[in-house]
Amino acid sequence: MVLFIMCFILFLVGLYGVITRRNLIKIIIALSIMEYSLNLFFILIGYRKGGEIPILKDAGTVPPVVVDPLPQAMILTAIVIGLATTALLLAIAIRLYRKYKTFDVSGINALKG
Amino acid sequence: MAGIIFLYGVYVMLHGHLTPGGGFAGGTIVAGSFILLIVANGIRVFGLHREEQLSSAVESIAILVFLLLATAGLLTGAMWFFQNYMPHGTPGNLVSAGLIPVYNLVVGTEVAAALLTIFLGFVIYKAED
Amino acid sequence: MEEALLFILIIMLAGALYALYAKDLLSAVVSYGIVGFALVIAFLLLQAPDLAIVQVVVETISLVIMISVLIISTREDLQETPVAKIKGASYIQFRHMMYVAAALVITGLFLYFFVASTAMLPAFGEHQTRMATEYVQHGAEKTGAINLVTGIVFDFRGYDTLGEATVLFTAVIGVLAMLRLVGKKEEL
Repeated sequence: MVLFIMCFILFLVGLYGVITRRNLIKIIIALSIMEYSLNLFFILIGYRKGGEIPILKDAGTVPPVVVDPLPQAMILTAIVIGLATTALLLAIAIRLYRKYKTFDVSGINALKG
Repeated sequence: MAGIIFLYGVYVMLHGHLTPGGGFAGGTIVAGSFILLIVANGIRVFGLHREEQLSSAVESIAILVFLLLATAGLLTGAMWFFQNYMPHGTPGNLVSAGLIPVYNLVVGTEVAAALLTIFLGFVIYKAED
Repeated sequence: MEEALLFILIIMLAGALYALYAKDLLSAVVSYGIVGFALVIAFLLLQAPDLAIVQVVVETISLVIMISVLIISTREDLQETPVAKIKGASYIQFRHMMYVAAALVITGLFLYFFVASTAMLPAFGEHQTRMATEYVQHGAEKTGAINLVTGIVFDFRGYDTLGEATVLFTAVIGVLAMLRLVGKKEEL
């Protein structure tokens, strides 16, 4: 229970960083920290006490307690997608720096008025 | 050193249905070996343009092969979209589990080519300044 | 087991907090790397070796891309302007306090609802999804693969793998279009 709460506190730290930081690189870092905390939460849910890895030694013998393999299959694709999203955000950040010569989000106001 | 990492990545990809790893893990390791080569040696912009176009083409072809393999099951009498239609074999050998090792290879090359294309894009942008 | 996970989570929290408050952007990126690699150890403690392999390589590639972004631009962080130096300081200070207070209220609300909803879950280590026994007992003979995670990813849940390949492809097209490597050349 304490583990779930601490995982959520990590998510809230990332959310706080997205809201209050002015530097674009720090916003991207905080967004990625939020994704890491979500992946960790799913794997925490799928854990069984005393379980083993979900790979069988032979075809017939199944260990008595096995960790749940379904959340691991879901999060396996989510990790690679997280990297692709972060790379896309960094490409946008480079283009913004080329145009405005700064990473400050309060100075980037081309869409206003 | 990069050759050893490349071989290890292909090993992880091929044994995806026996040991931990599989298509995604092996694909990222293969991309890591190429990135290591680029980071260690210098960059010459003209050679990188051709390499980036090659890796982008490899990625597109890999995802088309993936779709072809999935829909080819419909022709051999299977009922659903993703039916595992090749013979299963005995579990535990290298040649077993039907279509899964082929899927591992195809998805692995797709992930490796995608990550390599992203990285080459950044390097070319930095070099052309 | 739980103590080790608690220790790793405390390290991740400390790394995340330092990454947000660092004065130098390179230190922030290194601290973000600490969070990622501590996550690898957490995955290994939770008996998920596939995810640990993928997370190590993905974290390394992400760090390399971030440092390459920092090299072609600046390295210092912005100076947070101290509030007393702005003209009309009292009004801006009041607004600033209102923002911080609103952020804390929202955080408190999230935390309350989260605690109330996870109190309904079974305790840590005893949760069981409905399909778990089915996958574990009969997965090896239905797919023929010993690695159950690979069998689920490619056979039971093949559509999700197709969706992931599509998302990766779209992200690559997005990066190439953003950096103006496809399409017509811009006139600088």
